[in-house]
Amino acid sequence: MLSRTADNLFWIARYMERAETMARLLEVGARIALLPSAGHGYRSEWDSLLQASGTAAGFARKYADPVQRNIESYLFFDRDNSSSVATCISRARENARIVRTALTTQVWDALNTAFQEMRELERTPRSQLELSRLTEWTMRHAAMVRGAIDATLLRNDGWDFLGLGYTLERADNTARLMDVKYYVLLPRADYVGSGLDNYQWTTLLRAMSSHRAFHWAYGGEITAGKIAHFLILNPQCPRSLLTATEGATAHLDRLARGYHNSTAAQSRARALLGEIAEMSVDDIFEEGLHEFLSRFIGDVGEVSHLVGEIYLSGVAR
Amino acid sequence: MTTGYFNEMYEDGAVRAPYARLEDWMRSMPAELRQMKQAEAEDLFRRIGITFAVYGEGGDPDRLIPFDMFPRVFSQDEWRRLERGIKQRARALNAFLVDVYGRGEIIRAGKIPSRLVYRNEVYEKAVCGFVPPRGVFSHIVGIDIVRTGPSDFFVLEDNCRTPSGVSYMLENREIMMRMFPALFQNNRIEPVDNYSDLLRRTLASVAPAKCDRDPTIVILTPGHFNSAYYEHSFLADLMGVELVEGADLFVENGFVWMRTTEGPKKVDVIYRRIDDSFLDPLCFRPDSLLGVPGLMDVYRSGGVSICSAPGAGVADDKAVYTFVPEMVRFYLGEEPILQNVPTWQCGKEEDLKYVLANLKDLVVKEVHGSGGYGMLVGPKSTPEQIAHFAGRIAANPEHYIAQPTLALSTVPTFVEEGIAPRHVDLRPYCLVGERIELVPGGLTRVALKDGSLVVNSSQGGGVKDTWVLAE
Amino acid sequence: MILLVSHVSTYRYDAPVRGAVQSLRMTPSVCDGQRAIRWQVEVPGGTRGAAFRDGAGDWIESWSLRGPASEITVKVTGEVATTDMAGVLRGQREAVAPEVYLRETAPTRADSGLMALAHEAAGGASDALDRAHRLSAAISEAIAYRPGATDAQGTAAEALALGEGVCQDHAHAVIACARHLEMPARYVSGYLHAGEEGGPNEASHAWAEIWIERLGWVGFDPANATCPDARYIRLGSGFDARDAAPIRGVAHGRVAEALDVTVAVEAVQQ
Repeated sequence: MLSRTADNLFWIARYMERAETMARLLEVGARIALLPSAGHGYRSEWDSLLQASGTAAGFARKYADPVQRNIESYLFFDRDNSSSVATCISRARENARIVRTALTTQVWDALNTAFQEMRELERTPRSQLELSRLTEWTMRHAAMVRGAIDATLLRNDGWDFLGLGYTLERADNTARLMDVKYYVLLPRADYVGSGLDNYQWTTLLRAMSSHRAFHWAYGGEITAGKIAHFLILNPQCPRSLLTATEGATAHLDRLARGYHNSTAAQSRARALLGEIAEMSVDDIFEEGLHEFLSRFIGDVGEVSHLVGEIYLSGVAR
Repeated sequence: MTTGYFNEMYEDGAVRAPYARLEDWMRSMPAELRQMKQAEAEDLFRRIGITFAVYGEGGDPDRLIPFDMFPRVFSQDEWRRLERGIKQRARALNAFLVDVYGRGEIIRAGKIPSRLVYRNEVYEKAVCGFVPPRGVFSHIVGIDIVRTGPSDFFVLEDNCRTPSGVSYMLENREIMMRMFPALFQNNRIEPVDNYSDLLRRTLASVAPAKCDRDPTIVILTPGHFNSAYYEHSFLADLMGVELVEGADLFVENGFVWMRTTEGPKKVDVIYRRIDDSFLDPLCFRPDSLLGVPGLMDVYRSGGVSICSAPGAGVADDKAVYTFVPEMVRFYLGEEPILQNVPTWQCGKEEDLKYVLANLKDLVVKEVHGSGGYGMLVGPKSTPEQIAHFAGRIAANPEHYIAQPTLALSTVPTFVEEGIAPRHVDLRPYCLVGERIELVPGGLTRVALKDGSLVVNSSQGGGVKDTWVLAE
Repeated sequence: MILLVSHVSTYRYDAPVRGAVQSLRMTPSVCDGQRAIRWQVEVPGGTRGAAFRDGAGDWIESWSLRGPASEITVKVTGEVATTDMAGVLRGQREAVAPEVYLRETAPTRADSGLMALAHEAAGGASDALDRAHRLSAAISEAIAYRPGATDAQGTAAEALALGEGVCQDHAHAVIACARHLEMPARYVSGYLHAGEEGGPNEASHAWAEIWIERLGWVGFDPANATCPDARYIRLGSGFDARDAAPIRGVAHGRVAEALDVTVAVEAVQQ
């Protein structure tokens, strides 16, 4: 397969996953805004949302107040925001247009429909658009694209590059969301273990659409330890770091087998998987959650970089 | 209703034979059904993705070329004659290219003025003395043909470089077959869907001598912002070959390689859809980012084939066009089967005088232009427009040619008010490799505006399915 | 004459480049009056690629180099036996019709100054050859040789207006005038053994060739007010300096490039 084609496929997946993460964040924000907040006022909660999405600086350059309408505009519609839902979906679709022939009609249809409807939404008066409609819309289309990929695409190398895009982006997003919760959402260290702390962890679970699953799996009080286990080490959680790393490793193994060529990306991913699979929550807290997550984000970045070097750039021989 | 033109369906109030079975079909379609079908067709086009992209004008960049459901039909006899004429022309054009990049016999014989060839901007010094595999420069020859009577066909222009539009020929048929299967059961229509196989075979047959295995073919596109990107990707997919951009290719060891996820893979034949001047920044435009540095050196040393061959454009230059019938006689020793449209060269003093005096009756075209922008359609222009264009011609007479306004034939077309005759032309795609092949059909372009003679899609033209009836 | 050539071009980049591709026209023409005894073109660290003789009779050779590299060197060494042909190019096989060389390019466009000079110089000439000699002489006179007066992107018209230039400007000016008079003309790059007084940069040289019916291509070197003789080695030709360049290359990477050239052409004592 042409390296550039693999690159396009990889980025279709990354952008779709990113659009979904962005929508989840918005949903959380809307939920918080509906609740009476204990002395913290929702303004700061919206602000922390920007922090969590890594778009606070860009937002500040463009808008004065972090009020819901501005945040919606920026995170959903704004083409100047490289992570907005609109940007992600347009880019995913543009990448797909370039490699139309590597996709099935169903996958193209799903991506193209999302794009066309996106344009409809952009033309719709904002007063007619509930935030919940926007976030549900995004998640529905993300699911339709994934479903079309799962149901119709040949399990060839192209499928693996899509899979790599999804898993690496997801590993990165989950780790960042956790890290932001830990360092940004909690303004002071003495809040750790407080009601606010637990409330924010719940919020994070909601962002992952996982709070029910969490309760089924763990029960009882929400603690940082349980959350860390769920989002990092639990192989049942679809967004855990372990699940995402497993997925990436499996795709790299398949590529190596198919191409009859083991690569540094594969061994790096395997090493990372081996490490997390052996870890306990205690190990993580001993290292420090932030330290662990930073290291993990770096490791995932390195795997992505190697994938780029070896498969996507066409430079390697 | 347009009158005074040859109507391909009705002659003297009677239905002409090739269209005999279409009358019932036409009558069986009330307006509502027709509108429904038209919407269905548009939806199909959009879903399949057959659009041409227009960037920088705002709105949806993907545009549809209007598709008219009423087919254009040729009888087997009509087609046979066209086919012989087209193939004859394709052979002559290629013979001309081999000659002018070689000894230039036709010029020595005084059959064509040397300055039209050697001083032509599209004549490539870089390929002088080089004979491409099988002596073919132009592998896909698109010949634009208009009809003015039952057996009067004229060639409007030749396209020897990278004629576009073949994806519409294939998709129009596909859509028609999906929407009106009964039509295809009742009419025996020659299929066109083997075009992609023939194209692949043609390209493979001109692989360089150094290629000792099943040749690797690629299509080279300027990129996904190009308006014809859809066609490039469509053809690549039908042929099962990679669609590459310049940056996907590199040159090493005297060969061209493409960057793949499994490492470099050697490329033997490049069907390029970019202009000569962008092919190789080392040889042509140094600022081109679309091409492959060093490509021309590999080409000249026989490491890769480029289709169409660089330099092929000199054969389809509008000033050279006048001499194509002469080429047929000179190289093939035959009389041309297809006529040229009488053409005045504004570069000649006498012709210029005539042209300027008769602008209101003539069509004037730019020699190095295309797409219908740099042209004047005399009978459809205001005196001001004519006066303005006259100034442009007088300033640079050798840049213009003029032709009489042809009475383009009409074919019934679905329009707002129902069904009405609209003017059409025809572009068949002739493939030249080891053999010369022509699928029975082509792209029929139709001027949708009442009375308009301009069929270009950029000027409000649409397309039709083109049928050749089996015996 | 036996001439020894050593020509080293080094491209230095401010950051490593990912790779480079070069098309080199650096091998002496195969024609009467010059014969390579030995000749070597090398790009250390590079791979030799396509090589062929083009339609104008020049030997072209491609090289590619994989990065990262912070400098690329093109090294030419050789020994050539030459004889004086009074500027007439003979024995070279070529397929390009002379009329092709009537095409105008940006640096060889004749402005009103060049046109006037061409008509004035050619007036009263007895035949085409005489006209060509007069053109070359007029350019020698009109453009004084001064290194650094113009840059590589300059045009013939600019050099004439300035009244000074280097061999490239002289050649462009003669070509512009000749083409204006409907005489096919082209740019030739090569080497010159300039003798003891010649500086190191003049060894890499350029001149013009004008097509004379019945005689063929004839060289004129207005920079030295002469026709090429045994001190000259011919490499190749083109419409203008860019088209005839001995080295054409592309380096991959967004970097600034500095070029360092040393050329020496020495005569062997006989």
